[in-house]
Amino acid sequence: MKTGRLLRWLLALYTALVFLFVFAPIVASLVFSFNSDRFPTIPLGSFTTAWYAKAFSNPEAWDAALRSLLVSSVTAVLATAIGFSAAYTDYRYDFFGKTAFLVLALLPPTIPLIILALAMLGWLSMFNASGMTISIIIAHTVLCAPFAMAVIRLRLNQMDPNLEPAAWNLGASEWVTMKSVVIPFTLPSIIASLCLTAAVSFDEFAVAWFVSGLNKTVPVVILEIVTGNIDPQVNAIGTAVFFVSITLVVIAQVLVLRPARKPDAA
Amino acid sequence: MAEPLVVFDNVVKRFGAFEAVKRMNFEIREGEFLAFMGPSGCGKTTTLRMLAGLEQPTEGDIRLAGKSLVNVKPHERGTPMVWQSLALFPFLNARENVEFGLKMRGLDKPTRARKALDWLERLGIGEFAERDVNSLSGGQRQRVALARALVTEPKILLLDEPLSALDAHLVIRMQGVLTKLQRELGITFVYVTHSQSEAFAMADRVVIMSRGEIAQIGPARDIYRTPASRFVAEFVGRNNIFAGTVNAAGNVDTAAGAFTLGGKAKPGENVSFVVAADVVSISTAKPAAQNVFAAQLISEEFVGSMVTLFFEAPGGAEVKVQVQERLLEGIPREPGQQLFLSFDPSHAHILKG
Repeated sequence: MKTGRLLRWLLALYTALVFLFVFAPIVASLVFSFNSDRFPTIPLGSFTTAWYAKAFSNPEAWDAALRSLLVSSVTAVLATAIGFSAAYTDYRYDFFGKTAFLVLALLPPTIPLIILALAMLGWLSMFNASGMTISIIIAHTVLCAPFAMAVIRLRLNQMDPNLEPAAWNLGASEWVTMKSVVIPFTLPSIIASLCLTAAVSFDEFAVAWFVSGLNKTVPVVILEIVTGNIDPQVNAIGTAVFFVSITLVVIAQVLVLRPARKPDAA
Repeated sequence: MAEPLVVFDNVVKRFGAFEAVKRMNFEIREGEFLAFMGPSGCGKTTTLRMLAGLEQPTEGDIRLAGKSLVNVKPHERGTPMVWQSLALFPFLNARENVEFGLKMRGLDKPTRARKALDWLERLGIGEFAERDVNSLSGGQRQRVALARALVTEPKILLLDEPLSALDAHLVIRMQGVLTKLQRELGITFVYVTHSQSEAFAMADRVVIMSRGEIAQIGPARDIYRTPASRFVAEFVGRNNIFAGTVNAAGNVDTAAGAFTLGGKAKPGENVSFVVAADVVSISTAKPAAQNVFAAQLISEEFVGSMVTLFFEAPGGAEVKVQVQERLLEGIPREPGQQLFLSFDPSHAHILKG
C-alpha cells in the first residue's frame, strides 16, 4: 500500500502545517519575550527576563490585569447563570415561540463584534453607564451567555427525562430537585462554561475597547503599548495572557468532551 | 366497610383531542399485586403516571387511602416508582441512590446509611453499596432501583415495565424476587407491562386495557379461561376462537365443523367462543368424544417442557394446541400430518361482543 502511506504522510504534513500556521505567531511572541533585542529580528540576542520584569513592574499593566481578572470572573458567573437558566428552560418547557426564543438567545456571537461594541457603547451611554468596569461586565455577559447556554445544553440533553420525576417521586420538591439532581448532573458543563466564558472575556478586545473608557483591560493596554512604540514587554504580557486563556479553554474542553456517564442501553 | 387502598373514580385523561384514558373506574385492594397489561398506547402507563402525580386527570378523582390525590404534588404522595429506564442518579453511588428518599424525609446520616445498606443487603447487592451505579450490571442496577423505592417503606409501589430492559433469564429471576418481596412486605404493587408472561406469573389480578378502557379485570386464570371479549381473547393469545351460527339442534356450525357447547347457545344466534390451547386433546385415531375434528399439523414451537402445535382446521382456521411434550409420545409430528383434535363442551367459553 504505497499510495496509502504517501497519503498518510501528506495528511500528517498538512496537519502539522495547519498547527504551524496557527501557533507560529504565538511561539514567536513567546520567543521574543525572552530576547534581549528591542526589535524582533533574527539572529536573536541573548536570553533575558527583563521584559517580564518591566511588564510586571508597570503599574498600568497590573491595574489592567486585575481589572481583567475581575471582569472575566464576574462575567463568567453571570453569563453561566443566565446560560444555565436559558438551557434549562429549553430542556424542560415547551411553549409558543420557543424556536424564536432559542434563535434570539444564541444570536449575539453571530453579530460582528464591532457592531455589537458600537451598539453597547450607544446603549450604555443612554444610562450614563459607559466607561466603567461594570460596563465591560455587562457587555461581556451579553457576549458570553450564549456560549454558556450552548455548553450546558449539550449536557442537559444527555439527562434521562425521568431523572427529575424520579426525584419528585422520592419526595424532592422542584427546588430541591434542581439543587440535588439537575445541578449535580450538569456540574461538569457548568465548570466548563465558567472557564470558557472567563477565557472569552479575558481575551476580548473590541467590545472592551469601546465601552471601557479609562478602565482598560489587558488586551486594550496591549494595543495602546503597540500603537505607541515598539516595546517587547507586549510579548511578555501577551505570553502570560495566552497561557491563562489556553488553560481555561483546555479545562473547558476536557469537561465538555467527557461523556455523560449514562448507563449502557441493555 | 373501609374503602380500598386506591380508587379511580370516573377518571378521564385527555391530551389535547386525544383521550388517553376514558372514564376509568376501578379499585386497588390493599396488599394486592395488580398488573396493567395492554398494547402500547392503551393508557396503562398514563394510568400509572396519574397515580404518581406526574399527570393530572382531566376529569374525575383518584383517592389513596380515602384521600383525594388530585391536588397533591408528586413529591408529597408517597407513591415511589420503579422506572423503565430505572432513572438512577448517575452522580451518586448505589448506597447514595437508595438514601435519596430518606434524605428528602430529613433522616439523619447514620440512620440513612443503615437503612440503605439493609435494603441493598436484602436484595443481595450489599457488596456493591459503594460502587458507581454505572459500573453495575443491568440486574444489579434493577435491584438498586427497587431498594431506592422500597427503603421509604411505602404503602404502595409503582412499577413501570421494570424488567423490559433485562435479558430473558434475568427477567425470570427478577420475577421471583418481586413476588417474594411483595408477599413478605404485604404492600400493594401496581405493575405496568406489555408482557403477558410477567403479568400472569406475578399478579393477583390483571387489568387488560385497550384504547384507554379496561377490557377486563380479574385473576389471570379468569382472563385466560373466560375472556370478556374477543379483544381480550386475541390479546391473550394461546386461545382458539371459533365463530358460527347455532343450528336447530343447538350445535354451532363453524368452518371447522359443528360443535356442541352443552346448551350454552340458543338456536339462531351468531356466537363466537374460545377454547384455550391447553384443553384441546390430540389423537391419531378418531376418538369417541364430542367435538372432534380433523386438522393438519403445520408447525410446532417448543418452550421448556411445553409444546405448542399449530394446526390448520377445515376452512383454513389456525388451531393452537398446547401440551406437555412427554404426553405426545407415540403421536407422529411431521408437518402435514393429519390428526384428530377434540375438546369438551364445558371448556368452550362464549364471548360477548
